[in-house]
Amino acid sequence: MFDFSDFTSWLDTVLLRVMPEWLTILVECVLVALGIITLYAIFAMVMIYVERKFCAFVQCRLGPDRVGPWGTVQVVCDVLKMLTKEIVSLRKTDRFLHALAPFLVVTASMTTFACLPWNKGAQILDFNVGVFFFLAVGSIGVVGILLAGWSANNKYSLIGAMRAGAQIISYELSIGMVMLTMICLAGTMSFSELCQNQAEGGWYIFRGHIVALAAFIVYLIAGNAECNRGPFDLPESESELTAGYHTEYSGMDFGYYYLAEYLNLFICAGMASTVFLGGWAPFVIPGLDGFNEVMAMIPGFVWFLAKVFFVLFLLLWERWTFPRLRIDQILTLEWKYLIPISMTLLVLMALCVSLGLTF
Amino acid sequence: MANTSYFAGLVGGIKSLCNGLSVTFRELWTPKVTERYPENRKENHIPERFRGTLVMPHNEKNEHKCIGCGICQMQCPNGTIKVVTEMVETADGKKKKQLVRYEYDHGCCMYCMLCTRACPQGAIEFSNEYEGSVFDRKVLVKVLNHPGSKCVEKPARPAVAKPAAPAATPAAAAPAAGNEAKAKAEKLVAAAKKAEENAAAARAAANEAKVAAEANPGDAALQEALAQAEAKAVKLETAAKTFAQKAAEAVEAAK
Repeated sequence: MFDFSDFTSWLDTVLLRVMPEWLTILVECVLVALGIITLYAIFAMVMIYVERKFCAFVQCRLGPDRVGPWGTVQVVCDVLKMLTKEIVSLRKTDRFLHALAPFLVVTASMTTFACLPWNKGAQILDFNVGVFFFLAVGSIGVVGILLAGWSANNKYSLIGAMRAGAQIISYELSIGMVMLTMICLAGTMSFSELCQNQAEGGWYIFRGHIVALAAFIVYLIAGNAECNRGPFDLPESESELTAGYHTEYSGMDFGYYYLAEYLNLFICAGMASTVFLGGWAPFVIPGLDGFNEVMAMIPGFVWFLAKVFFVLFLLLWERWTFPRLRIDQILTLEWKYLIPISMTLLVLMALCVSLGLTF
Repeated sequence: MANTSYFAGLVGGIKSLCNGLSVTFRELWTPKVTERYPENRKENHIPERFRGTLVMPHNEKNEHKCIGCGICQMQCPNGTIKVVTEMVETADGKKKKQLVRYEYDHGCCMYCMLCTRACPQGAIEFSNEYEGSVFDRKVLVKVLNHPGSKCVEKPARPAVAKPAAPAATPAAAAPAAGNEAKAKAEKLVAAAKKAEENAAAARAAANEAKVAAEANPGDAALQEALAQAEAKAVKLETAAKTFAQKAAEAVEAAK
């Protein structure tokens, strides 16, 4: 199996030969940051294109097909447009918080993006409480959203932000509970170990059978709500709140929200594929060595991306099928259905693990 | 959901969500309805009844059906149509109106089709030709009759009752041949029916005006509108009565 740490350690030794240690670390940090930002931008563009095409197909349309082959250059044009637009600053807004909010959102999104295991050894943030770190950093985003709503001095923004706050904080409970269920099965919180375990013993969604499958579905629902998308997009419900919490943003400040929204979707899918579908781990069936070897020939990042796009397909499918919920329906779904279900799943998983019913 | 139990609601909800998902999944693979316009202009299908532009059909002898009566011009709410006519003397010494130019300003047209509905000859119609954009609005003013065209000569012109015209003049006297009389009678019956409908509509409008006028007794404009509507209704009702009588006579004669 292709191990990305071969490349990184080679780079490290080469750099150490020509420069002192502190400079090496600095150069490596800059390289990694550049890598993250590039990947972030590229995947945001890919996601926007995929979303537009998918929603068009669900609605019996073709979607963008004028600019470039199959409309692929359309997204590039949109990004360039966004970059060149004027950033309007408004009177009677809280300038500082207004400018700060998009950065909080995009920082949360980028930091969680860095947690994704792209390949064996190709992981930027990896330590023993990885899942915990992911959940904690992910919730910084909601601070940005609340700040955006509050600082804009606009009722639409404020209502949108309040809804987003209520919704995200509620659904984080289910996400935490589901993650706990899977940690209970895995026995580790580090993403690299999670992937390594699944590369050796099979994916957790199969090993935890029914309980893991139910947890996967709960994660998808709650994750969609975390991203303010799909049937849960009422923080920015355009038909009632103009654009919700980012109504007053323009130019690239708005672009950050736009990027963060799509990337949060990608991160949600990436986390689902890491915890449930094995991240970069190939599809293995313990005991079938020949089959496993063939599967291991496919490099890890291909596996990872394939899984992410599969989960994305599920998320988009859901998003373009269901109509938007009301705020009371959203909270009912969370507090009356998802939380009891995820608590039951946690107990069931603990029972399964202690009775040895998992694989 | 209020009456169902918690678990029944949960299961029912999941079922209906799955149902929705299956619908959109099937929809993903259906043929798409998007028209890729400039590429598909050859095979692009525009519905027959689409109102693209006004045309005056000419037959192979370069003849149109317009008699230059100008009803379309009067009907047009936007002043889109201008009918230029001249008086000529026919071979048998009768004076006759003849169409010189039929000007149609496409830029003013709102495609209401009042002109084609009003035309007693069926001389104009809307085609589904939709590529109407030009760079100069002067180009939009079109002359619909072809150069050198003339009105279709009818061998023995049957009397034509003008159906929808409110201030309808009685139809010209017609030769009393059996078949023709029958046709005339049928036409008259149809015209009488139409006149009756028109009268009923006018009466309804008058009633409405009355209600409005009674609601605002001080409004002079409303009073005036009421008087006008009343007068129109009465006029139309008389016209309808004459039509009905004529129709009855014609039916009698045809027998």
